Amino acid sequence: MAGNMGRALISLPAKAKRGAVIEIRAMIAHPMETGYRPDSQGRLAPRDIVNRFECLFEGEQVFAADLFPAMSANPYLSFTMRVDAGGELAFRWRDDSGAMAEEKRRIEVE
Amino acid sequence: MSRVRAVIVLVCASAASLAHAEVALDQRKSGADFMSAATRAMQDDDTANPAMLSTLDGESLWTEKAGDAQKSCGDCHGPAPQSMKGVAARYPAYNVARKAPLDLSGQVNACRTDQQKAEAFKPESAQLLALSAYIGLQSRGMPVSPPDDARLAPSRAQGEALWSQRIGQLNFSCAQCHDDNWGKRLGSALIPQAHPNAYPIYRLDWQGMGSLQRRFRNCMSGVRAQAYPYGAQEFIDLEVFLSHRARGMPVETPGVRP
Repeated sequence: MAGNMGRALISLPAKAKRGAVIEIRAMIAHPMETGYRPDSQGRLAPRDIVNRFECLFEGEQVFAADLFPAMSANPYLSFTMRVDAGGELAFRWRDDSGAMAEEKRRIEVE
Repeated sequence: MSRVRAVIVLVCASAASLAHAEVALDQRKSGADFMSAATRAMQDDDTANPAMLSTLDGESLWTEKAGDAQKSCGDCHGPAPQSMKGVAARYPAYNVARKAPLDLSGQVNACRTDQQKAEAFKPESAQLLALSAYIGLQSRGMPVSPPDDARLAPSRAQGEALWSQRIGQLNFSCAQCHDDNWGKRLGSALIPQAHPNAYPIYRLDWQGMGSLQRRFRNCMSGVRAQAYPYGAQEFIDLEVFLSHRARGMPVETPGVRP
């Protein structure tokens, strides 16, 4: 993690029934500087936003989003997924500076 | 001489408190009660509350060694969930070494400079807010419990006087909005009662974390007054008064506000 990319908070159940639809929520600390705001010296602060989010289950993309400057700071995304098997979920964010953040979580089926 | 001055301050304070209607204890409402259901839900869900990101930073700062002493907060205090339980609810408190009341962030910085031999965090810095939020989180749900300490009385009286003092080009006091007209609207915004029980907060308007002093400065520029600098004695006095005014209300730290 580098630059403006901060900590992530991810919420999903640790276990789910096979075939169940679960809700996944992911939030990351990021100022989402729009590029339109002057800083304290009156100069425009360069744009630096998280522009891409992806969620992969065992390497297969289950959700992705392109983000734009209208998104608030600390973007919070909520989406659903059907759980057919246990495995590892990877969450990836990329910002304008090229910084990447990745978090991993496991989910088990019962 | 100073006793005479203290008496005058007390007289002014009690005269001022007669001039406006204080919020009755059983009529008090947290700022959260004035928010939309969506914003309340954001505060109540730890996975949706953006202030929780700051508490995660605070948690790692707690165990980070700093300064010439190479000590972390945890080296002296132990794990925060035990040692800091209820601590934030008691602040501002009288600091014997400084012979003055300190708010929680002031105490964090006193520990930094005196114990860790490190440089104090800058006011409103991400680290200071993160540690304050993390310590505050350990008191969540507990009642605001200002210490029953006679050494805080002058500060509280001064804070109450400031609360009722008209300031700025708009010539408003804090009390005129927050005691006399809470629940009504100022433009489109609902006027809350101004309780300090959720600070530091994540304010949606700021898109970030901020302290009670930042909020004071917002209100002061709102009434077009010259805001005091961060750490000013006036702010500490107001904080001491407000914690007394909110005594018994549950701590919500880290709160979300619109």
